[in-house]
Amino acid sequence: MSDGTSGAPGNPKSAYFLSHADEAVERRTLAVLVDNEPGVLARVVGLFSGRGYNIDSLTVAEVDASQHRSRITIVTQGTPHILEQIEAQLLRIVPVGEVIDITKSKRGIERELALIKVAGTGEVRVEALRIAEIFRARVIDTTNESFIFELTGASDKISQFIDLMRPLGLVEVSRTGVLSIKRGKEQG
Amino acid sequence: MTTATKTKTSAASSAPTQPRLMTGAEIVIEALREQGVDALFGYPGGAVLPIYDALFSAPDISHILVRHEQGAGHAAEGYARSTGKCGVALVTSGPGATNMVTPITDAMMDSIPMVVLCGQVPTHLIGTDAFQECDTVGITRTCSKHNYLVTDVNDLARVMHEAFLIATSGRPGPVVIDIPKDVQFATGAYLGKEGVHKSTYKPQTQPQPDAVAAVVDLIMSATSPVFYTGGGVINSGPRASKLLRELQAVTGIPVTSTLMGLGAFPASHPDWLGMLGMHGSFEANNAMHDCDLMLCVGARFDDRVTGRIDAFSPNSKKVHIDIDASSINKIVRVDVPVIGDCAATLEAILKGLSARKGKRPDLTAWKKQIATWRARDCFAYKNSDTVIKPQHAVQRLYELTKDRETYISTEVGQHQMWAAQFYHFEEPNRWMTSGGLGTMGYGLPAAVGIQVAHPGALVIDIAGEASIQMVMQEFSTAVQHRLPVKVFIMNNEWMGMVRQWQELLHGERYSHSYSESIPDFVKLADALGGYGIRCDDPAELDAKILEMIAHDGPVLFDCRVEKAENCLPMIPSGSAHNEMILGEITGNEVSDAGKKLV
Repeated sequence: MSDGTSGAPGNPKSAYFLSHADEAVERRTLAVLVDNEPGVLARVVGLFSGRGYNIDSLTVAEVDASQHRSRITIVTQGTPHILEQIEAQLLRIVPVGEVIDITKSKRGIERELALIKVAGTGEVRVEALRIAEIFRARVIDTTNESFIFELTGASDKISQFIDLMRPLGLVEVSRTGVLSIKRGKEQG
Repeated sequence: MTTATKTKTSAASSAPTQPRLMTGAEIVIEALREQGVDALFGYPGGAVLPIYDALFSAPDISHILVRHEQGAGHAAEGYARSTGKCGVALVTSGPGATNMVTPITDAMMDSIPMVVLCGQVPTHLIGTDAFQECDTVGITRTCSKHNYLVTDVNDLARVMHEAFLIATSGRPGPVVIDIPKDVQFATGAYLGKEGVHKSTYKPQTQPQPDAVAAVVDLIMSATSPVFYTGGGVINSGPRASKLLRELQAVTGIPVTSTLMGLGAFPASHPDWLGMLGMHGSFEANNAMHDCDLMLCVGARFDDRVTGRIDAFSPNSKKVHIDIDASSINKIVRVDVPVIGDCAATLEAILKGLSARKGKRPDLTAWKKQIATWRARDCFAYKNSDTVIKPQHAVQRLYELTKDRETYISTEVGQHQMWAAQFYHFEEPNRWMTSGGLGTMGYGLPAAVGIQVAHPGALVIDIAGEASIQMVMQEFSTAVQHRLPVKVFIMNNEWMGMVRQWQELLHGERYSHSYSESIPDFVKLADALGGYGIRCDDPAELDAKILEMIAHDGPVLFDCRVEKAENCLPMIPSGSAHNEMILGEITGNEVSDAGKKLV
């Protein structure tokens, strides 16, 4: 049926068919500004799971205590049609005030924070510290046999650092997920 | 994270007078009163007793005691759909709340304004798996438009008013308020509805002028246009139906409607095409397929309407008017989306059209084409003088009730589609059916709610013998509250639509679709304190229908109909609008891909 040829003879295939298969999947970072009330995160996350959308990363924290506003940053993937739906569906949620497509604005800055524990002695320990300096990672805890590095940057930079630590005694990683904001003086 | 987020709201409405102090339960009643609620559908239980106690001293709010909480929800829906007002249900915690999940989802799918008040265990017991505890806000989060757990009595009045605002504005829907028992007992300040708002909730009601101008342009040049209207026109209020009729009169454009939208446009009008979709008319579906301009007003391109999407109306420009932006381009990509209230948008289009000079194309050829489709007489069936044909039963019911103030509800299945095909509506809010969710058991409790709202009207639930057994205990509610609802059961002993699909798609293997031991509905009516009528002879049908109408009290009418009748015409799943089954089902209509669809 999907080839559109089994209709009545002479039926042209509709130009309006939303063929998801033909559209390329794009990656988007969305900032979702919400009233910080109980269950608001569950509403947003439930929307993604209930409608089958992807979440690559999600962060949330209150950003304005006096207005009880929180900012949820979601990295998602989908075809342009699905991404349009995600935005519209998010805006249907009553406590969602605003959805900003950071990626589409082309003026977004994205950062992530990671805490990375590396254990080892001797040459690998020295090498880990040397690479950490190159990446401007800070040592925030140390024992004779381990470091915990704090690293901020774009997600791929953090991933790259983690890959380099792997042969040098990588023990554990904790990442915040992506945070984002738009460049320039305007809000949103 | 607390619920005390609305400091700005209370500031906005701070009156110089002292706040009125009352218990949480009294706040609930006072807020209902201020919202103009005159009827509540409910069932008491431990966690909601304080509210019931406050209701004891509120004779101005009538309470209809149902037999099962699901009945309360559907009754509230029936009340809401037949009045345009908000329906209200009141139930207890745990099973009371979980029994409400189906009506809440039903109201969500069909955009029905409803506020559901649930009792909850006291706040200090929340999370302990207490007796009759369930996570009501968790369970209803995705099936309601919005929901609240009120943990501070001082939030309660605001939440009540906010709930009514959200349920009734924008795209209407159900809002759930979960109220722990200690909050019902606690004393707090009452806040009036003035000034209550939700800063993040801003439904867009006014259409975009550019989009309206584009719609007017398209109407000015269309040679084969069609209106495809839906439940949004009804939800927008009687003014929207009036404006639709005006716009149709100005343009002469033929009108079809979804199941939910029946009544917005009069069925007696020569430009009425009948319902469209899976069991819609041949002329409506062909007009949709061949039109050059589709004007979708308050409908959402549901799969029961569109049929096969990649062959859906291939040559038309499409306009979509909807108050919910997420409906736009969800299923079908449209050329001109207009986000706004139906009435406001139709009015803007009318105004735009009246300002235009120039002639629109003549629609005579298009109407002639439609007349040839209409001449196919797609709803024709072979009548019988030995057995009652279900189509004939609805036709007679219509003829004998059309001149009265009649409201029709239905259950779900073949009888529902026959009702939609053969009962004709001239006004909005007269037709109550479960469209989106397809809830068997909706019709009887909905009829209870309709009768409460319209005590003098004739309210008929057109039912099937399978559906009616799902929520038939509500007949007892009708008896208790002297609600003379008529339940017209088209009894074919089968889950008719299941049987039809098994014939069509599963090689006539009728797996578990036949009901043995169907109750004797006449005796059942008698046992419940109502009146029962049985009819199996076409010659007696009219007299017995008139007997049902004349009886001043609830009636169960057991209408024995042809058992093997199929509901036609039909667009099978996975087929296009111009691929309808018109005559007989042969078993070869559906492709393998179509068989996998619902």
